[in-house]
Amino acid sequence: MHIKYESQLREPLVYGEKNFHQVTEDILRPIEVKPSRLWYIGFFIAVALLLFGVFSLYREVTYGIGQWNLNKTIGWGWDITNFVWWVGIGHAGTLISAVLLLFRQGWRTGVNRAAEAMTIFAVMCAGQFPIFHMGRVWLAFFIMPYPNSRGPLWVNFNSPLLWDVFAISTYFTVSLLFWYSGLLPDLATVRDRAFTKLRQKLYGIASFGWTGSTKHWQRHESLSLVLAGLSTPLVLSVHTIVSFDFATSVIPGWHTTIFPPYFVAGAIFSGFAMVQSLLIVVRKVFGLTDYITIGHIDLMNKVIVLTGSIVGIAYLTELFMGWYSQNKYEGYTFWYSRAYLFSPYGWSYWGMMACNVLSPQIFWSRKMRRNVFVTFFMSIIVNIGMWFERFVIIVTSLYRDYLPSSWSVYYSPSIYEVGFYLGTFGLFFTCFFLFAKYFPVIAVAEIKYVLKRSGESFKPEFEKLEAEPLDKFVHDNAHAH
Amino acid sequence: MAQKKFVVGCFDEEKVLFPAVKQVRTAGYKIKDVYTPFAVHGLDHALGMRETSLHTAGFIYGITGTATAVSAISWIFTKDWPLNIGGKPHFALPAWIPIIFELTVLFAAVGMVMTFCWLCQLAPGVKKHHFHKRATDDLFVMVIECTDKTNTDDLLAFLKSNGAIETDVQVAEEEWWFGTYDKEDDLYNTKQVAL
Repeated sequence: MHIKYESQLREPLVYGEKNFHQVTEDILRPIEVKPSRLWYIGFFIAVALLLFGVFSLYREVTYGIGQWNLNKTIGWGWDITNFVWWVGIGHAGTLISAVLLLFRQGWRTGVNRAAEAMTIFAVMCAGQFPIFHMGRVWLAFFIMPYPNSRGPLWVNFNSPLLWDVFAISTYFTVSLLFWYSGLLPDLATVRDRAFTKLRQKLYGIASFGWTGSTKHWQRHESLSLVLAGLSTPLVLSVHTIVSFDFATSVIPGWHTTIFPPYFVAGAIFSGFAMVQSLLIVVRKVFGLTDYITIGHIDLMNKVIVLTGSIVGIAYLTELFMGWYSQNKYEGYTFWYSRAYLFSPYGWSYWGMMACNVLSPQIFWSRKMRRNVFVTFFMSIIVNIGMWFERFVIIVTSLYRDYLPSSWSVYYSPSIYEVGFYLGTFGLFFTCFFLFAKYFPVIAVAEIKYVLKRSGESFKPEFEKLEAEPLDKFVHDNAHAH
Repeated sequence: MAQKKFVVGCFDEEKVLFPAVKQVRTAGYKIKDVYTPFAVHGLDHALGMRETSLHTAGFIYGITGTATAVSAISWIFTKDWPLNIGGKPHFALPAWIPIIFELTVLFAAVGMVMTFCWLCQLAPGVKKHHFHKRATDDLFVMVIECTDKTNTDDLLAFLKSNGAIETDVQVAEEEWWFGTYDKEDDLYNTKQVAL
């Protein structure tokens, strides 16, 4: 160690001594070799799940929503639970790429590309649920506002369900543009390293003829920054609007003003958990542990414990308000249907509490945050917990409404409801496997940008800086920006 | 479309590149471009480029989105088909805020990306001359446009003395084209790559 002052807190963003070419080699290797047997096995399982999902949808489209076990009061069951769950997962990517870009968090570069891809696939999965829940899915285009021959019959712009249509489709489009514009330089790198004519041609098409011109980079930086600035309120708005689907209704347990921040925190929570699940596998299988470091896992676990605790406070606030409001319907929903362990769905409430609020607290320990196995296990637990949260919100509020005569029987999903959910897992992982095989899972150009500003490559620079007298350093750097 | 002669100098360090850019510009040569594997901050200013106005375009697109949403929804709900929703006002601006916001973001994002692609002339299938394969890997490739008066030998030596690790002279198409790559644009493994 030659430098006198080395930060004990800030870890290097990239481990080891690397040059630019090494970065290219390391990150692009997985997409330039033949996929492993493990990849094929995973891919075929994903495709099989996807096909089962398609079959379930075939049943649903042919015979109607009756294929699902929804009933008179539980009109939203597994499908809308799954919709909210997937949309929530789709929040981490844009949060990482946009919010952390605005806050100048250098560590985002290791994880942003894969997280953005995950976002896009998760939103694709989410979109299926409301579309197929329409029942007559071939009329789904009725949700688009356009001058039509049906009156013209317009959509209701005052309805949260229509806000959702706009929010989800905008979110998908903007995330896709952000992701793909960031990919262009990296696809150009793959193209220029192509070892077959076909690869050169396909990556040539995909990279839009990117050359790396300084002017293009300047515009690219501007584009990324503005897209990040747009995506930051967008990502908050999307889950806010999803929460409006519930909050603007008059159902006890839904009709609360706490929903938007509570849903956004929950979305970030589950999104980061999904990023952890995926990246812990990816970094190991692709040998990218120098780029997606323990430091990254540690930082993401901090986000998980923060957002998990915010969600916990929201749960407790709801319980408090259920009592404090002295509204007997609210009180019944929160204190009987949810919090009472021996009520029909009490198990799901306490499952949610255990998974989302209690178990993430182990991440207050640095040792646990930096343990890959604990993190992987916890990421699964958190996602189960967040699924329960949506299930609790939807089903426990719906199954007993104002009139005891219309209380529903116990709701459990049909095989086709479950199959639809499994099918979206298939869609998600099919897309993710293809992404991991054909696209760089880490933003190569961005890693190169941070490479000389952190870690081993930065040390020689810093040694010189340290040797300089302070006055000279201030003089040289005071007007740099 | 015209072919031109270019002198190419490759650098492998940012801290060598910046003084070299300054030297070359001071000597009066016209730098066509510097191709870099990642965004080198400050290089645009070193090359004397002006700031991009892309963000201004983004603002205009955003405002267009806002205006589209406000005018479309208010026309539909107050003029074209006023719908009585529980006696509430037809012009229900607060309830439209979500969609107005989403359309603002959508227009700004789509517009900016399309403008970006237009300005940089990027599109699927577009081909451009690549002065060096490693410009997208680990080299900073400076390309200088030659005129009738340029003495290429002098310029090559000048670049070398300023720290270029590789130099050559290329006659290349400046613009983009559709179709196939040049035949000299061979594959990665057929070219010796010095590491």
